[in-house]
Amino acid sequence: MMHIDRGLGAGRRAAALAIAVALVAAPTALAQSSAAEGIAKYREALQDGNPAELWEARGEGLWKEPRGPAKASLEQCDLGLGAGVVKGAYAQLPKYFADADRVMDLETRLVWCMVKLQGTSDADARKNPFGNGTDRKSNIEALVAYITSESRGVKMNVSLAHPKEAQMYKVGDKIFYFRGGPHDFGCVTCHGADNQRIRLQDLPNLTKVEGAQKAYTTWPAYRVSQGELRTFQWRLNDCFRQQRFPELEFGSDASIALTMFLAKNANGAAFDAPAIKR
Amino acid sequence: MTARRILFAALFAAILVGCATSPSDDRISVDASTMLKSSFKARGQAGLDRLDQDDTQRLCSEAAGKTPPREVAERIEKQNLATIQYPADGKLVGDWKNGEKIAQEGRGKQYSDDPAGPVGGNCYACHQLAPQEVAYGTIGPSLYRFGKLRGYGIEMQRYAYGKIFNSEAFAACSTMPRFGHNGILSEQQIKDVTALLMDPASPVNQ
Ligand code: HEC
Ligand code: HEC
Repeated sequence: MMHIDRGLGAGRRAAALAIAVALVAAPTALAQSSAAEGIAKYREALQDGNPAELWEARGEGLWKEPRGPAKASLEQCDLGLGAGVVKGAYAQLPKYFADADRVMDLETRLVWCMVKLQGTSDADARKNPFGNGTDRKSNIEALVAYITSESRGVKMNVSLAHPKEAQMYKVGDKIFYFRGGPHDFGCVTCHGADNQRIRLQDLPNLTKVEGAQKAYTTWPAYRVSQGELRTFQWRLNDCFRQQRFPELEFGSDASIALTMFLAKNANGAAFDAPAIKR
Repeated sequence: MTARRILFAALFAAILVGCATSPSDDRISVDASTMLKSSFKARGQAGLDRLDQDDTQRLCSEAAGKTPPREVAERIEKQNLATIQYPADGKLVGDWKNGEKIAQEGRGKQYSDDPAGPVGGNCYACHQLAPQEVAYGTIGPSLYRFGKLRGYGIEMQRYAYGKIFNSEAFAACSTMPRFGHNGILSEQQIKDVTALLMDPASPVNQ
């Protein structure tokens, strides 16, 4: 269930194994507390580095390497601060891009640049947004790791100045409270109050500024339980699955609207990812 | 003022008014529904029809996480109360041991779940029940000693069964799923979970 890159030290691998064992054990009280201990040990073992760094390094390579039918790198990609500017760009996304006449988050913008600069087909660029934690890696996840790491410490500063940005935010707000499906769930069901948990998992209150700030600024994250770096698109996708909704399309407008809603609410907090999570 | 000036002033005022009226709340709700429809694809057992809201879902979405106004809340509770189907055999309390399994089971209705089952109630996700299980969530109130504290009589049995069948009948816009009304749990499963709450021998009531 878990993949740890060979580059990691033996101690870290042992800790990883301990937690893997804890996580597959039956969800009894005992297993839960040893899982928590396992996580604590694993965190300790990682103090000298987060495996997300491996994704960051691969992403930087992908950003600079000439690729696709056009044999071009992504270095001329405009992430909102001008062609090629990576530093601080993520802290201002999502935003309206005049060339696409659309509000885009980082991941949809990357697809756009792969198509426009590298000549990749749109379908190919979207084909593999999430890796499987073992043999199948996603270039998008690696690129996101690199680009977001270049905003670490930068204050979130998402703008609603363009009417399409303001509209995206308002619709994202509505979608957050939209309840449906067999369980009548909406985001608000699990993220609408302080100090709530599902089983033993803490749930952030995303209707409050502090909750949105803490959650949004710690994604993407290396998921210990999955051995994979996960992006914000992945987070939304997996929450909609638990919401019993159909599958959220990668880069869809609803995904961008929700990202806009939470990113804007996180304004003012320093971005602090890629993080490491359970 | 010349006629042209007046015209200009009138035009300017009209523009100001135009700017001040942002899209109405209703309009944004419609936009959100349209956007959702184009943003998902059917997968496994989860079809796109899951994005169609019934009256209760729509009114509770509009309430945006708060309790709706009293008239609306009463309407929701009345409508949902009318949906509750009590078992034809009149037996409301099944087997608590099975009920405990159903309360533990988190699978069911996700596109990643096997449509052939199992489907559970996942009650422990939100409630404390039997004290032996410490990995319980806190979205709902503790149900520890539910029957012991409330009594084991037929009225309380009917309330517990009805609440699990359709939670919205008793608390408009509750976050608790409508297990019977929405076809998550079968009649027998609801009887068994009711037993977990209402059987004096259940660990919940020790
Ligand atoms: C049925 C419950 C449920 C629903 C509905 C749900 N979530 Fe979540 N969400 C969770 C759980 C559980 C976690 C924590 C996951 C973990 O730590 O493994 C989480 C985590 C998150 C996080 C990351 C928090 C952090 O600090 O790491 C964000 C952001 C989030 N959810 C947003 C949403 C949005 C937006 C929606 C609606 C589209 C939504 N969730 C719907 C259960 C839910
Ligand atoms: C997603 C969260 C959630 C799940 C899952 C859930 N509940 Fe609830 N439940 C609540 C909330 C919130 C309340 C309090 C508001 C209300 O009364 O509806 C509640 C209330 C109740 C009550 C009424 C308590 C009282 O004091 O009258 C009963 C009984 C109950 N739940 C039983 C169950 C059972 C049995 C299951 C599983 C089959 C279950 N619940 C699953 C959230 C949940």
